Amino acid sequence: MPTLAFSSQLINLCAALLLLLSFAMLSQRRVLTLVDLFAMQGGTLFVSIIVVAWSTGQPHLYYSAALTLILKVILLPLILHRLIRRLGAQWESETLLNTPITMLAGLLLVIFAFTLAQPISQLANTVARGTLGIALAVVMLAFLMMITRRKAVTQVIGFLAMENGLFFAATSATYGMPMVVELGVALDVLVSMVILGIFFFHIREQFDSLDLHNMESLKED
Amino acid sequence: MTGHPTDLISVTALACGWLAIGLLGFIRPRSTGWVAHGLFPLGAVLGIAVTALALVALVQPAETLILPLGLPDLHFQLRLDALSAVFLLLIGATAAGISIFSAGYFRSGEGAAPGLLCLQYHLFLASMVVVVIADDAYLFMVAWETMALSSYFLVTTQHRLPEIRRAGFIYLLIAHLGAIGLLLCFGVMQGGNWQFTFEAMRAAQLTPVWASAAFFLALLGFGAKAGLVPLHVWLPEAHPAAPSPVSALMSGVMLEIAVYGVLRITFDLLHMQLWWWGLVTLGLGLFTSLFGVVFAAVQTDMKRLLAYSSIENIGIIFLGVGLTVIFHAFHMPLLAALALAATLYHCLNHAFSKSLLFLSTGSVLHATRERSLGKLGGLIHRMPWVAWLALVGTLAIAGLPPLNGFVSEWLLLQAFLFTPDLPHSYINMLLPMGAAALALVAALAAYVMVKFYGVIFLGQPRESSLSEAQDCGRLERIGLLWLAAGCVLLGIFPVPLLALLNGVSRELLGASLGSQLQHWWLLAPIAPERASYSPVVFMLSTVVLVAVVVLGVRLFYHGRVRKASPWGCGFPLLTPRMQDTAEGFGQPIRQIFEPLFRMRRELPSPFDTSPHYRVQVEDHFWYTLYMPIAGWVRRISSLASEVQQGRISVYLLYSFLTLVALLAFAL
Repeated sequence: MPTLAFSSQLINLCAALLLLLSFAMLSQRRVLTLVDLFAMQGGTLFVSIIVVAWSTGQPHLYYSAALTLILKVILLPLILHRLIRRLGAQWESETLLNTPITMLAGLLLVIFAFTLAQPISQLANTVARGTLGIALAVVMLAFLMMITRRKAVTQVIGFLAMENGLFFAATSATYGMPMVVELGVALDVLVSMVILGIFFFHIREQFDSLDLHNMESLKED
Repeated sequence: MTGHPTDLISVTALACGWLAIGLLGFIRPRSTGWVAHGLFPLGAVLGIAVTALALVALVQPAETLILPLGLPDLHFQLRLDALSAVFLLLIGATAAGISIFSAGYFRSGEGAAPGLLCLQYHLFLASMVVVVIADDAYLFMVAWETMALSSYFLVTTQHRLPEIRRAGFIYLLIAHLGAIGLLLCFGVMQGGNWQFTFEAMRAAQLTPVWASAAFFLALLGFGAKAGLVPLHVWLPEAHPAAPSPVSALMSGVMLEIAVYGVLRITFDLLHMQLWWWGLVTLGLGLFTSLFGVVFAAVQTDMKRLLAYSSIENIGIIFLGVGLTVIFHAFHMPLLAALALAATLYHCLNHAFSKSLLFLSTGSVLHATRERSLGKLGGLIHRMPWVAWLALVGTLAIAGLPPLNGFVSEWLLLQAFLFTPDLPHSYINMLLPMGAAALALVAALAAYVMVKFYGVIFLGQPRESSLSEAQDCGRLERIGLLWLAAGCVLLGIFPVPLLALLNGVSRELLGASLGSQLQHWWLLAPIAPERASYSPVVFMLSTVVLVAVVVLGVRLFYHGRVRKASPWGCGFPLLTPRMQDTAEGFGQPIRQIFEPLFRMRRELPSPFDTSPHYRVQVEDHFWYTLYMPIAGWVRRISSLASEVQQGRISVYLLYSFLTLVALLAFAL
């Protein structure tokens, strides 16, 4: 078992990587690369959970780490890759909104998340208590990505990335959620992935494109 | 408080009985025979039972009961006191007549299924009973809203017609406005203890400001239901839309229930009454009655005319309420009791006579399929039963002795004549003018009733189809007879009933007219040497006089009568359409009170070969009050629709901003 100081360093490293990957996702325009970045985020999450489990000796965190590995690093990226290829969307890229401004907004969000998490992390006594702010920031950056993008696939990736952030928040603040909840959430994510996959096909059938722009006549004039 | 509340339990059981009858309608919902000849007469029997119980309860001390139903910490509380009993009497007696009439009236193939109609009708009756016996704000509001909703569905029985749906919507809108007023009123009256029983509200000590707020919220809430100007607009829309028995119930009973609410809150639940409340109520009542009667005079639809006449009567009742508040606030108990007795008496009168008239318009409508006064006429020959019974109702509403309308208006005028004694220098000079205005209203009401009766029943039939009109059936006759008998009885024997009403004034005002009601045949409200009225003597002398005249005429002129056709003004082509029309009859009023109307006239030019004359009389309140409000609502909602951009990213942004705002709030 490594010393607490060392493991906490490791976790902080993972957290930093997560944040970096979030920013990378925010500025990435190619859909396939986005999926890879998402898989890397999942991997980082897996490593951080393993570290927490190892340093604190919580056995159930290993299961949760395994779940993360299977679901977020292997299964979901695989499904997404196949989906994108079958939809013929692998070469698609999307125009981003003004990238510097998006980045700047992301930075502000990170600062906001840190101020928000500060009083909470002072109360927590876990090894990973310093990382709660980052977890919140990851959630918000994913949200920001959903707002600024227009493709259906990107929306889904943003949604999944948000879930990653929540998972990280749970492990860092309270050593993970109860096993039942984690299993439930994992199943939900998988099911929603399947459903959204079906929706993609329907959307494309209807509009010949996966651009959400086509679905924006929600309002009657 | 006596040991066992038997009366209250029986009343509750009767209300449940009405409810059960409503549900029984679903055994054979499509069968008119089952619903009309089985259930409605049963409902009428329950109505008579309610009347009898109310008469018993009037002379007994108050009873309370707590039902094991309701909210966890607020069980339904019931209370039966003299005020409730008076209104129970009103509900029971009127409903009995209307139910019997309905048994003959509702026919198959008109609007909603008979079973559904039966449920809503009896639910309406039961909820009105619960309103007057409720003793906590929660049960009161539940019953009140049930009453509003069931009557809404009754109004929109023929919901396939768009104008009926529109009328129903206006009614529902104003009913909800009133309900909001009542909710706020109860919120004010709990006085900071968060106790919503009426018991706690009686004990609450409100400051004058909050008590005034409660009073005016109650006036708003109950005024919306009663049709106080400017919240009267639903009445002339809803009444023509509703089936006639429903109009009769709504106008004859439900409006009076609103008066019950005002009396309950003002004199029972609020611990103080300020004189200027009375002044405002009186002013509103006076304006409402004048407004109602003037508009009634220019109507050409018989049910609209009666609706405006209801507004007028409600105005008179509120005038009485205002007068009671003023006398009570200035500690003049005897006069306050007099004004209260007049108010309650007018409620009873209006219930009987207005129901009678609405029901007779129903019979006319069934017989002729015509609501417009311009196409009726001469029906007294075709429908003698309806015509003669409606005559009783018109005379009663017009306030002619010896019928009931005279009694209450006379009592109210008597009370008015004592206003110069008030210890306040401006009021005692201003209020006597109210008496003059009341006299004007009473005279105009008589004018309106002459128009109503004369145009429908007298003269020649204006359309040839009217000669096929049939008189109403047996059950309908019984219903009309019951209500007409009520009018006559209330007119001839006012003293015993006023003695019964004394219980209310003892309970609410701590004063009574007891010593003034010693002789059953002589009504002398304050002192016999000042003013007295004996309906029995009046009626007997009228009968004797008429008999003498008839006999004399027969004696002296018999056999000497010569019949000849009248002079036709030298014009050979007289048709029944040339009789005085409803428009013509109302024309002088339309000229005199022109500022009250918003009129649009289309006069034909003298060279027009097919001239058309059109006049449209509308209510100023629609254009100066309701339309601007509707415009604002539309503008505000179009602002709100700016939020709806229809873009997914914008919606995501909304939820994101909400999240951030909530997190920042938690910070």
